[in-house]
Amino acid sequence: MGSGRLYLTVAAGGFRRYATYRLATAAGVFTNTVFGVILVYTYLALWDEKPHLGGYDQAQAVTYVWLGQCLYATLAIQGGGAEKDLMERIRTGEIAVDLYRPADLQLWWMAGDMGRALFQMLGRGVVPFLFGALFFPMALPTAVTPWAAFVITLLLAAVVSFAIRYLAALSVFWLMDGMGVNQALMITGIFFSGMVLPLNAFPGVLGEIVRALPWAAQIQMPADVLMGETAPLGAFAFQAAWAVALLAAGRLLQSVATRRVVVQGG
Amino acid sequence: MRDEDVFIELDGVEKVFEVRRKTGFMKRERRTVRAVDSISFRVARGEMVGYIGPNGAGKSTTIKMLTGILTPSGGRLRVAGIDPSRERTRLAHRIGVVFGQRTTLWWDLPLIDSYKLMHRMYRIPDARYRENLDRLVELLDLGDLLDVPVRQLSLGQRMRGDIAAALLHDPEVLYLDEPTIGLDVISKAKVRDFLRELNTERGTTVLLTTHDLQDIEQLCSRVMVIDHGRMMYDGPLAGLHEVGESERTLVVDLERELPPIEAPPARVVKVEGPRQWLAFPAAESAAVLVARIAAEYPLVDLSVREPDIEAVIAKMYAEQADRAERAIS
Ligand SMILES: Nc1ncnc2c1ncn2[C@@H]1O[C@H](COP(=O)(O)OP(=O)(O)OP(=O)(O)O)[C@@H](O)[C@H]1O
Ligand SMILES: [Mg+2]
Repeated sequence: MGSGRLYLTVAAGGFRRYATYRLATAAGVFTNTVFGVILVYTYLALWDEKPHLGGYDQAQAVTYVWLGQCLYATLAIQGGGAEKDLMERIRTGEIAVDLYRPADLQLWWMAGDMGRALFQMLGRGVVPFLFGALFFPMALPTAVTPWAAFVITLLLAAVVSFAIRYLAALSVFWLMDGMGVNQALMITGIFFSGMVLPLNAFPGVLGEIVRALPWAAQIQMPADVLMGETAPLGAFAFQAAWAVALLAAGRLLQSVATRRVVVQGG
Repeated sequence: MRDEDVFIELDGVEKVFEVRRKTGFMKRERRTVRAVDSISFRVARGEMVGYIGPNGAGKSTTIKMLTGILTPSGGRLRVAGIDPSRERTRLAHRIGVVFGQRTTLWWDLPLIDSYKLMHRMYRIPDARYRENLDRLVELLDLGDLLDVPVRQLSLGQRMRGDIAAALLHDPEVLYLDEPTIGLDVISKAKVRDFLRELNTERGTTVLLTTHDLQDIEQLCSRVMVIDHGRMMYDGPLAGLHEVGESERTLVVDLERELPPIEAPPARVVKVEGPRQWLAFPAAESAAVLVARIAAEYPLVDLSVREPDIEAVIAKMYAEQADRAERAIS
């Protein structure tokens, strides 16, 4: 109970911290809107050639695009969330300060990242999505249930997203530098989350594989739940399984890192 | 010190780092650094101890072991009877840490937000939190800063903010790693006054590292000097003079220019017209020396200069480095 309040405070701090970057937020809203427009016209051309690609009709493809733009910063698809700070703190030795606190490192960073995600969603994600809904035909549900399910799947997506990036960040304890890891995060994030093309549209074995990887929990699952393309319970189970597995791996790596590896600097 | 008073206890503590260095394409060399080399000391509850030594001596490494974020490679270490690296979280509620070069505060948010976080993190009862916050804000002069984002604070303001953050939960011991680094004279004085009050009024045990010997002179009755991970000296500050074979200086003004005064064991180190500077062992009596000179020379005026603790320590570091060099060659 007491620690619940602690992590709520940490999450609130994460939220407010990102809220102070007003210019970056405005620039982000603009970028995601422009990108969304470009992607929508590309998709429409593609779906003209191949109707029902990935099982989507044109309105669903458009919805998918705007959802992707909405979740792009929220889920830190190409990185830039808590893991960026964490890597920097490990590299410079600032992590020492986090380690002597009577708090759990993983929960601490997750709480902060959840606060960030919520802000990025409200401050940066919602506007492009509304813009899309206003100017393009979208396939949005009118009932309450799919939206409720959508909220749950978003929450799980945020946890999976954090868990992947947390693992990546911890590697800096050994690598001493986050450059390569960040690039790997960015490429895998953009490609395997379905930022470029819905994972449903990936052909053959490649499609089978990408749809089973944890990144599928990030955009594909929420999109399919929202548009009623998949059963919500199955999606939850898929996301929760990856969340638990990745968080457990993070916990393991964290205990090895803090026990064996050394904090940098005086 | 009585056994029940011992709060911090180190027994032959060591920390060895293994460093891997790239020496060429695909070639790596392994080397070990003995950052702390068999250090033993005890600190009693309520003591205020200075922990000094040249760069790379092992001070920060010792403090990291005391907080539990580094595990010793050897030896035995206890703080309040607890092994820090095994029970880091339990111990965290009883210790406060300030790393002068790092901050525990939320960079982008107002100072007060970090304190609210400490409130939750250390589960400080509401009444006690408010009382402590009020006291610290007053003593450390933070009133106008609470709503300022930490990144906008000056170094001295931030340091005071960090010290307050480390003390909100009433820790029994406070470790300070270079708390006055980069501060101006006034900020240093504020921090020192505060630490003195903390130690005398509240009985908080304080262990502090610094490169500013004035911190030690003004605050600590006991000082520990380490170099290359080894304890060189542990005792009262005054005792350093004897160990360091420090010298006092007698400045005499004679009636006229004269050849250098002969008064062993004092020796003339400088002559400027009728004024002469004589160095003599700090332990010798100045009165005897003055009487002897006055009997033989036409003395007009004199003054005695106390040895500079800084010089003493510099000499100690240099001698240690010399010895190390000789050991290698
Ligand atoms: N993470 C590390 N990996 C390898 N060597 C380290 C590490 N941390 C410290 N050392 C080495 O251990 C020795 C002691 O370092 P430490 O930081 O404890 O010195 P210090 O007394 O605090 O010095 P300073 O006054 O410069 O802060 C140094 O030789 C340093 O290079
Ligand atoms: Mg240091």
